[in-house]
Amino acid sequence: MTLHPEKLACITGAAQSEVGRPSSRTALQLTADACLAAIADAGLEVSDIDGIACYPGKSAEGGGIAPVSPSEAAAVLGIDPDWILASAEGFSHMAPIFNAITAIACGLARHVVVFRSVAQATARMASRSSTLMSGSRNRVEGNNAWTVPFNALSPINTFALYAQAYFEKYGANEEQLGMIAVNNRRNAAHNENAVYRKPLSLEDYLASRVISTPLRLFDCDSHIDGSTAIVVSHKDAAKDLKNPPLHIESMGMGVGGLWVGRYEGDFTSMPAAHKCGQMLWSRTDLKPADMDCAQIYDGFSIHVWMWMEALGLVPPGEACRFVEGGQRIALDGELPLNTGGGQLSAGRFHGYGHIHEATVQLWNRGGGRQVADAKTCIISNGGYGYGAMILRRD
Amino acid sequence: MSEAKPPARKLPALEPDTAFFWTSGADGVLRIQRCGDCGTWQHPPFPRCSSCGSEAVAPEPVSGKGRIASYTINREPWVPGLEVPFLYAAVELAEQKELYVFTNLLAPIDAARVDMPVSVTFEQHEDVWLPMFRPDETGGAA
Repeated sequence: MTLHPEKLACITGAAQSEVGRPSSRTALQLTADACLAAIADAGLEVSDIDGIACYPGKSAEGGGIAPVSPSEAAAVLGIDPDWILASAEGFSHMAPIFNAITAIACGLARHVVVFRSVAQATARMASRSSTLMSGSRNRVEGNNAWTVPFNALSPINTFALYAQAYFEKYGANEEQLGMIAVNNRRNAAHNENAVYRKPLSLEDYLASRVISTPLRLFDCDSHIDGSTAIVVSHKDAAKDLKNPPLHIESMGMGVGGLWVGRYEGDFTSMPAAHKCGQMLWSRTDLKPADMDCAQIYDGFSIHVWMWMEALGLVPPGEACRFVEGGQRIALDGELPLNTGGGQLSAGRFHGYGHIHEATVQLWNRGGGRQVADAKTCIISNGGYGYGAMILRRD
Repeated sequence: MSEAKPPARKLPALEPDTAFFWTSGADGVLRIQRCGDCGTWQHPPFPRCSSCGSEAVAPEPVSGKGRIASYTINREPWVPGLEVPFLYAAVELAEQKELYVFTNLLAPIDAARVDMPVSVTFEQHEDVWLPMFRPDETGGAA
């Protein structure tokens, strides 16, 4: 019998700090805000928490992308962990969650708080220049050496290649792609923690400035300051807590070659994300049609199309037509998509906003953005490495 | 307060596995790492062949011809002094399917097309020869 460790774990609490552009609170304060609120949301005390993990750890590089280490957070929260992890590697930003699941399944921890904190808005106040061009070294090393010398100074240039190839192969157009941003903003209107809530029409989208063809300003996610935290618990320890446990029905991952500059496929799909999708569906009896809503990674809008196809939610080449007009992805549509505004409108939490939003929907906390009777949610995460989960409520 | 003007391009460090690639253009020839045992080309270069595991990997000249796999017109001036717009592209080299290099396409800004045949040219900065690509009027067949 195949062991599915995720079936031994549940999400029992979730919270976000305030989200600012910038916030007046430090990244460590925001981290404590989110973690303490998530622990309280689960109905737990800090002393119940025996594990802590985050993506990606702490680094001075990257303009506020990695401002807090799990050791710092543990010290500030007063947690004395039996298990701790920072992970920037592997299956995208979900690595700490999957590793927390493993630790829980192995008996190393019962209740793990997993957080993602960012201080990129504050960092942008100090310098608006590309972080790839800053730093002490005159020369660029490692993976970035393949792109930066050609003045591809933002990941948008890489994902613009995907968008262009997809447009040409499948005859997609900017009105179709614009529906990702428009739908996200429509949902963000109901999310008090979203950074952009003003209505955005397709006309507004088409009038926005082009950054890297065919991608525009509103195809990009946004720098923020903030923290998101979830509590992952052993299912036996989740039974009598405050919230109905959210079962981790399955998880999937794919690494691929983008972290090392090795590109696969024809730039119209993320092949390693397809592998992630295959793993995800191989671990559950649920099917794509069983999903009540979807929180799909949108570092750039084009990620959503490639992820929808990678996860088998639509056939290859069909995501562009599925989102056209926006009805099928609306809150009352076939597959409500990015119901909290996604990263385009709610800010760059590297997928943790998507995970948080899944908990909002499954715990019926969505208010004006609530999907009726949502019991299942598929979540995907990452542009360079890939993770996905299905959460389910009884 | 004025900041020092950044260089027009931030150049790649010449690292042990990659130096040959960045200096290859000194004699006008593009080189890509190839496995001496199974013949697979691989880029970026690694200390061993990702197909067969052999360590008999070494730079080998390529035709310098290929096709545009995809491209983008970058319009955003990411740093002061960056001249925009410019073309950024993924080129699939003629030698092998999905053997990609990233580059600037030296062509009129509206001329790029997916599948356009291209050939290499080099732009020297200090000890680095950046492989750039131009539309290939001969049709691009290797």
